[in-house]
Amino acid sequence: MNQERVGFAGAAGALIARDLHLALRRSGDTLQPLGFFLVVTTLFPLALDPQLSLLRDIAPAALWVGALLSSLLALDLLFREDAQDGALEQLALCGLPFQGLLLAKTVVHWLLTGLPLVLIAPLAATALGAPYGAMPGILAALLLGTIALSLIGAVGAGLTMSLKRNGSLLALLVLPLAVPVLIFGARATALAIAGEPLAAPLYLLAAIAVLSATLAPWALAAAVRIGLE
Amino acid sequence: MNELTADNLQLWRGEQHVLRGICLAAAGGQCLQVTGANGAGKTTLLRALCGLVPLEHGRIFWRGRDILEDREAFHSELNYLGHDNGLKADLTAAENLHYAAALRRRARPQDIALALERTGVAEAAGQLLRHLSAGQRRRVALARLALTGGSLWVLDEPGSNLDERGHAALAELIDGHLRAGGAAVVATHRVLDLAAAQLRSLTLQ
Repeated sequence: MNQERVGFAGAAGALIARDLHLALRRSGDTLQPLGFFLVVTTLFPLALDPQLSLLRDIAPAALWVGALLSSLLALDLLFREDAQDGALEQLALCGLPFQGLLLAKTVVHWLLTGLPLVLIAPLAATALGAPYGAMPGILAALLLGTIALSLIGAVGAGLTMSLKRNGSLLALLVLPLAVPVLIFGARATALAIAGEPLAAPLYLLAAIAVLSATLAPWALAAAVRIGLE
Repeated sequence: MNELTADNLQLWRGEQHVLRGICLAAAGGQCLQVTGANGAGKTTLLRALCGLVPLEHGRIFWRGRDILEDREAFHSELNYLGHDNGLKADLTAAENLHYAAALRRRARPQDIALALERTGVAEAAGQLLRHLSAGQRRRVALARLALTGGSLWVLDEPGSNLDERGHAALAELIDGHLRAGGAAVVATHRVLDLAAAQLRSLTLQ
């Protein structure tokens, strides 16, 4: 019974492909966080006085609160279904590093919520009156920030996956941990819009992203194992 | 030598003493059938044998090594089928097997077709899982078992929802696995249709 074993990279790639395949089959659910982000950020200019200076003042807050909430929106589903249909057990027992496989699932969460958000951010930022010169800074901040948000959020989703109604608990767990991302992200965006150097908050965002990428997989694996017991 | 042994397993669930000093052994070519009333702890025992549930006391050995020593090596030889099939409702049977196999071994499309044929669901290959009956889904899960192999099978009520021919296909599958030198632990209410020399049994009180 000696079969060709697959390596970790192949297995993780297949897992990502599977989740993207599933997301494609349910495009309605998949597009929801992105739609939410667009609606939130474009409603602000409509509801406010159309003064450019006012819009620019609230732009960082609107962008980042929108990004944080839209990331939360898809988290609930990240492990829930796999926990219910037994697919997560199969992942835990397939003999490959569990942390890595869960990290692959987190990558899918980012590909479906973080990356589209970064791609669509220029549109939202323009609606909020951000000058074109500010775009690279805003995109860089959102890129780093959404990575950190996906990783932090995944740990919360892992901890709450086996609970019946976990939405509010998930938010309670994740939001305090996501606050630094919100603060530095909004700061970087504000500096970018004002045309000032924004390296300091970007470095801090990058540090948060690297720290969560290093620690989150282990916390995530421990949380999911407890949920599987 | 493929052999799973467990020594004095103890597990509490809250106030309930679920596993009370269980000792068991299943060698290559043998199927250990676990029986017991509902709630006797069959599922808990099987999940503990896989290392999914931590034990309060007792150790489990695979080929003489504690399974906690090298969990990944043990799991790479283990194939577990629980109550839940572990299949995705929004993928077809063939896609499910493709992605499930990708976690363990390289599977060609013809291997997948063959596995589905062995468990009698070849015609369902292109259908979404959510459109199949519970029995057909179980057969797809058994096809995954046949496809992904492994030298230790831990099966929890593998015959649930199966019809007579499904039970026959299951017995054939387990028989083939045992003949190839594999070991199996199966929780079931129904006596498995296997040769007496292959069967051992454990009844939980």
